[in-house]
Amino acid sequence: MKNTFLARQPSVIVFILVLAVITLLATVFSEAYGSGLLPTNYVKILGKTLCLCLIAIAMDLVWGYCGILSLGHFAFFGLGGYMIGMWLMYARTEDIVIASMSKAALPPTPGEVRDAIGTQIFGVVGGSDVPVIWSFAHSLPIQLALVVIVPGLLALVFGWLAFRSRVTGVYLSILTQAMTLALSLYLFQNDSGLRGNNGLSGLQNIPGLTDIPQSVISIWFMWGSALALGIGYVFAGWIVSGKFGNVVKAIRDDEARIRFLGYSVEAYKLFIFTITAVIAAIAGAIYYPQAGIVNPAEIAPIASIYLAVWVAIGGRGRLYGAVIGAALVSLLSSWFTGGQAPDLPLGFYTIKWVDWWQVLLGLSFVLVTLFAPRGIAGMFDRLVRKDAA
Amino acid sequence: MSALLEVLGVSVTFDGFRAINDLSFSIQPAELRAIIGPNGAGKTTFMDIVTGKTRPDSGRVQFGTPPVDLLRLRESDIAKIGIGRKFQRPTVFEAQTVFDNLSMALKNERSPFAALGYKADRRDIGRIEEIAAEIGLADHLRRLSGELSHGQKQWLEIGMLLAQDPQLLLVDEPAAGMTLGEREHTTDLLVRTAKTRAVIVVEHDMEFVRRLACPVTVLHEGSVLAEGSLSHVTANPDVIEVYLGR
Ligand SMILES: Nc1ncnc2c1ncn2[C@@H]1O[C@H](COP(=O)(O)OP(=O)(O)OP(=O)(O)O)[C@@H](O)[C@H]1O
Ligand SMILES: [Mg+2]
Repeated sequence: MKNTFLARQPSVIVFILVLAVITLLATVFSEAYGSGLLPTNYVKILGKTLCLCLIAIAMDLVWGYCGILSLGHFAFFGLGGYMIGMWLMYARTEDIVIASMSKAALPPTPGEVRDAIGTQIFGVVGGSDVPVIWSFAHSLPIQLALVVIVPGLLALVFGWLAFRSRVTGVYLSILTQAMTLALSLYLFQNDSGLRGNNGLSGLQNIPGLTDIPQSVISIWFMWGSALALGIGYVFAGWIVSGKFGNVVKAIRDDEARIRFLGYSVEAYKLFIFTITAVIAAIAGAIYYPQAGIVNPAEIAPIASIYLAVWVAIGGRGRLYGAVIGAALVSLLSSWFTGGQAPDLPLGFYTIKWVDWWQVLLGLSFVLVTLFAPRGIAGMFDRLVRKDAA
Repeated sequence: MSALLEVLGVSVTFDGFRAINDLSFSIQPAELRAIIGPNGAGKTTFMDIVTGKTRPDSGRVQFGTPPVDLLRLRESDIAKIGIGRKFQRPTVFEAQTVFDNLSMALKNERSPFAALGYKADRRDIGRIEEIAAEIGLADHLRRLSGELSHGQKQWLEIGMLLAQDPQLLLVDEPAAGMTLGEREHTTDLLVRTAKTRAVIVVEHDMEFVRRLACPVTVLHEGSVLAEGSLSHVTANPDVIEVYLGR
């Protein structure tokens, strides 16, 4: 019996092709490598959108496939950004400090360099010492490892506590919201060691690559984002197509029943919660160097709720649904809230999209939930099946 | 020979209502036993206790040699040490194919890592096809189990039970929704299965129980009212009273 992963996930090949074509087109029209039709700003938006698609895949795995409505996965995304941001900010400040001190008569001692870095980075929050949690910020490999380790550990501990006590459904959602809220409030504090509400900034300047223009770097990051998304899609497709995926779907549909077949529901939930947290963190670590800044507002509870809305609109339980939802809604959202959308004069009242977009989004969410519970991908599936019939 | 399952003085109360009242019960390693009793007698609750779904207020439940205290184990661990269950209302995973349902039930390592690396080998596929043939679903392996008829779902759940290869099978009302021919097939299957393992069957249909030709335990208001052959217990005045007197 043919049971291979590609046979079960035919969308993988189509997806990779579409992704490659989009990235190639963007490169061909870019300022750095092509005709210049596509401004660098748009390349960055594309790159960031690809990262959002990746976290949407993580959300779809945990919610669409396993039925855990986590409203906290953006916390892992933000943490990933913080972890890579620490290196970006530290290493770049170090370069600047050393360059400016090299003009002095005596070469600076390591202590002096560190003090100067501390003042540079933490002056805004009234500090001058480099906090302990920045101990490894000088090392790219260590911070890269921390991108995976810190959010992964947080998810592991949180998930272990929650799943072991069999917290499910809406209670689990509330708990995950509490987690993000707590994390964001903590980060807002000036003495959190992560610059309070200023967050980490200047992340678009990659240490050691400051001579390379942003137009070029943005293309590299876009390719990096596409690669991560492609790998993430294949990985997710592989995970859900085998027996593991069957058990996970069984947990979603009837978790009590699968226990009587001898499966430890808690172990599976913990596994999928943690692995998706890590995917979210990786997506964040690629996103924030393109965004340039990560701050506690990014981790606000509402961000994780939006993530669920994207996946619901796109169609949960289908990987391409999550991708479509994330791309569509996040792009529309930045179009409407960015002030680009023309106002709609009604004579007696003028609809300003900056204010009304939220209403429109909320309304679409309600409509999708009521009339197309399988989202855009579900409607798409129905069309395809009709054609085949 | 020591008992495979030993239930001793178990009681369960739901909001002040005693569903199981000082119940004691035991079964041998290769024995077929039917449990009958009026609606609400506590038959399903008894299975809930053995499989870890319901925790009793008092009493002991032991399984295997050396005896393991089932009351300390989680549902999944109880299933893993060899107790399988078919539910009264057939519960299969409707969004998945018959093949996938059987493959999940198949006796294999249950951890997430094992499941990730799992690939159905020739032996497993052979076993699934064998079971599918046994339960009359050989031509339906690729179908979603949600599309099956009520009787076919019953069969699929019985198939999943067989696939688990348990030492003790708890079968709650297998005949509901089955045709006469299917009932006969089910009794054959259960009798054959009980040659190598213990099987407990709950059933209302007396004809079905008669064909099982095995010892019968009558439950009433949460405890054992009578035990013995079917003709023996049906001649018991208490049993007649319980079945007809209300
Ligand atoms: N979770 C529960 N909460 C409250 N009461 C319960 C619960 N489970 C069972 N009961 C009650 O316990 C009694 C025994 O129920 P049980 O389902 O075990 O009966 P049964 O013998 O299987 O009946 P039937 O032949 O109708 O399946 C019933 O009165 C039922 O209402
Ligand atoms: Mg019952």
